[in-house]
Amino acid sequence: MKRADCIKAIYPEFETCLVVTIMGACAQELYDLGHQENFFYLQHAMGLASSIGLGLALNLPQKRTIVLDGDGSVLMNLGTLATMARYRPANLIQIIFDNGSLLSTGGFVSHTASGITDLAAIAKGAGIPNVAAVSTIYDFMEAAAAAFDRRDLSVIVAKVEATGPDHFGMDLKLPENALRFERFIRENCKKIVENSRP
Amino acid sequence: MTVSRENSKALYQGIKAAGVRFITALPETWLIYLLQMAEDDPEMCLIEVAKEEEAVGIAAGAYFAGTPNVMLLQNHGFLGAINGIVSLAMLYRVPLCMLIAHRGHMGEPYPWHTQGGIVTEPVLRGLGIPFDYARDPAKIAKQIREAYTFSRSSLSPVALLLTRDLMEGEA
Repeated sequence: MKRADCIKAIYPEFETCLVVTIMGACAQELYDLGHQENFFYLQHAMGLASSIGLGLALNLPQKRTIVLDGDGSVLMNLGTLATMARYRPANLIQIIFDNGSLLSTGGFVSHTASGITDLAAIAKGAGIPNVAAVSTIYDFMEAAAAAFDRRDLSVIVAKVEATGPDHFGMDLKLPENALRFERFIRENCKKIVENSRP
Repeated sequence: MTVSRENSKALYQGIKAAGVRFITALPETWLIYLLQMAEDDPEMCLIEVAKEEEAVGIAAGAYFAGTPNVMLLQNHGFLGAINGIVSLAMLYRVPLCMLIAHRGHMGEPYPWHTQGGIVTEPVLRGLGIPFDYARDPAKIAKQIREAYTFSRSSLSPVALLLTRDLMEGEA
């Protein structure tokens, strides 16, 4: 299973969501499908995509937030799985593309290669209520549909090949992305101030 | 010495008066009353994190979502969060308002706090993060309001160092 195929399969759902993606190949594959103003590409600060998603989801409970994450990034910030579980925003879906590799920084194997470290087990152990581990596109689609249908915090660990795009580059400067993302939310997402407390 | 409940109250009132409704924090002794007040306040959303760098991401998400927010942390947590501060907040021009308990400085009896306390100011200067010391409970509300305002106008991290003078006292 390729990450690009997974992202492509659920891309139509993204239109109504806020999407935060990690750096490198994952960001590029999303961008190549067509940038939208509700996409935020975290091109550094590895590990914090899930934390940004958590901050968004807690503060915009009526808006679904999707985090496109990776094994290397999640391993850098395992603590956020526990924080997510503790505050359990119903509108947050984290998709961890596990290619067992630090692909964007030279392809070194990560701790999840050869099944040594099991991120789905870690997510469950952290207290995430809905965790799916998938390795075929069919199972991925089914897990994604279930996550979109339920109103509860969901994590999908998708085992994918360690392959990425043959090019990198976006016509979007990093602060420009942040400024436009903030503006998109300000102009399009109705703020519900009360009941923001989890 | 114990943590000053009165001054913690002034600090919390300052946070509320600045319009803040969302706090990310990692528990620390000097912040104990503040965190209790935030927890007991139905108008406040308090998110306790596992590690301070996480709070940078959560604060960025809250900012994108339009919720006025501050981070409450110890200076050692600030030191541990630097990559997030540099490679998310500064890189993307995301404002952060950090209220930092400045442990390990003059009067510090505990050896384990000292190195972090000694390097806090030079690290803030090295990173180009504007900061101020908060010592006087009568001025704290104004200082929080100004730090928050400046973080939003400069789209930058801003730090307010909560000193021993402010945080310790008679219970």
